[in-house]
Amino acid sequence: MITKRIIPCLDVKDGRVVKGVNFAGLRDVNSPVELAKYYSDNGADELVFYDIAASAADRALFTDILTETAKNVFIPLTVGGGINALSDFERVLSCGADKVSVNSGAIKNPDLIYEAARKYGSQCVVLSADVKRVDGTFRVFAKGGRENTGIEALEWIRRAEQNGAGEIVLNSIDTDGVKQGFDLEMLQAVCEVVSIPVIASGGAGSAQDFITLFKNVPGVDAGLAASVFHFGEIKIPALKKTLSEHGIIMRL
Amino acid sequence: MITIIDYGVGNLFSLACSFEKIGEQICITSDAQKILQAERIVLPGVGAFEDAANKLRQSGLDTLIKQKAAAGTPILGICLGMQMLFDKSFEFGEHEGLGLIPGAVCPIAPEIGNLKTPQMGWNALIFPKDKPKHPIFKYVNEGDHVYFVHSYAAMQCDDSVSALTEYGAYLTAAACRGNVCGTQFHPEKSGNVGLNILRAFAEFCPEEVQL
Repeated sequence: MITKRIIPCLDVKDGRVVKGVNFAGLRDVNSPVELAKYYSDNGADELVFYDIAASAADRALFTDILTETAKNVFIPLTVGGGINALSDFERVLSCGADKVSVNSGAIKNPDLIYEAARKYGSQCVVLSADVKRVDGTFRVFAKGGRENTGIEALEWIRRAEQNGAGEIVLNSIDTDGVKQGFDLEMLQAVCEVVSIPVIASGGAGSAQDFITLFKNVPGVDAGLAASVFHFGEIKIPALKKTLSEHGIIMRL
Repeated sequence: MITIIDYGVGNLFSLACSFEKIGEQICITSDAQKILQAERIVLPGVGAFEDAANKLRQSGLDTLIKQKAAAGTPILGICLGMQMLFDKSFEFGEHEGLGLIPGAVCPIAPEIGNLKTPQMGWNALIFPKDKPKHPIFKYVNEGDHVYFVHSYAAMQCDDSVSALTEYGAYLTAAACRGNVCGTQFHPEKSGNVGLNILRAFAEFCPEEVQL
């Protein structure tokens, strides 16, 4: 049977992984290339590179680093950040990305998902949505979670699937950074409206949070996290072994 | 030397890097002369069957590939490239394939119950018990995981199936006939297991298998 996936997310700025990284045994812990290789060799099922470039020069550096990473890592690689047009898809796909994740770009240009899915195939188009509860409803936020777009999240995600998105990354702003577990209620609501894979993001603090996630929301396909992996608070091989012992199918 | 056929379908970057990683020289080309001289051919592909089949035909590469297949050159189709090896596909209509392996490419949705389409992610290889393990799998074991992304799979091809995977039903993960092999999964995205399959393909002698 198909496995659940564990996905570390690397935020890259000025050619370096930001959000602290604390690994013993790595020569250069903030090197995206080294860290990606480390994860790939240590049980990660997929990697997400998030480009938080602030300038054109930094963006060019990011694509160089992506190329270098893709040359050395032979698991699926998703790239997000700064994807606003088909030319951005082209730019990162030619550097070795397998999937491209759109967030604000899809809000600014509602046709982007449709056009990208037609050109590159749905398997390559990921909608990343930052969602927060506002007055009892789920709303899509933009600008890294700072701006309420007013868009109703479930409708937004459902429409993305219809337009050809092949996967959803749901980042709950309500649970992100709190390390008290994933947003099970929000994830369940999303799983009920789409039939494409759903990746849970935001809130992982312990191995137990991943067990709870996969046990309670069986529709979720993958769990994504950043700092808990980078800081070594959760070691992926041990996490996957624990999940497997709890009857969750893993690639060990 | 591995010749990767470039017919404008899909991203060849990872595939090229994978072969380089295992020490193989590669040539990415659509040039007829280079393909005719190829020692080993990889047919990649991502996207829709009809579009890819048309591109192969319009460039005349379909005839070249059939010619190389008949001459005994080892050929490996990957994902859509694997599906193209079969007689036909029922993806959005009915479309003719290369006809190198008997069988048809059909939607998986009616077979897999309430599981999600596409199958996207890592799944385990299962080898048919009634035949010897194919040489391209000589470095991997039953239960090893490989990475799939597909909504269609080869069916009616029992004689050629060399690996299956379980996703609500037993689906064809790999099919081989003589010198022609295909994997539904992406070996170039399947970590060390995938690299080992590519390594075995680079060493594969069609004489090792019964035709």
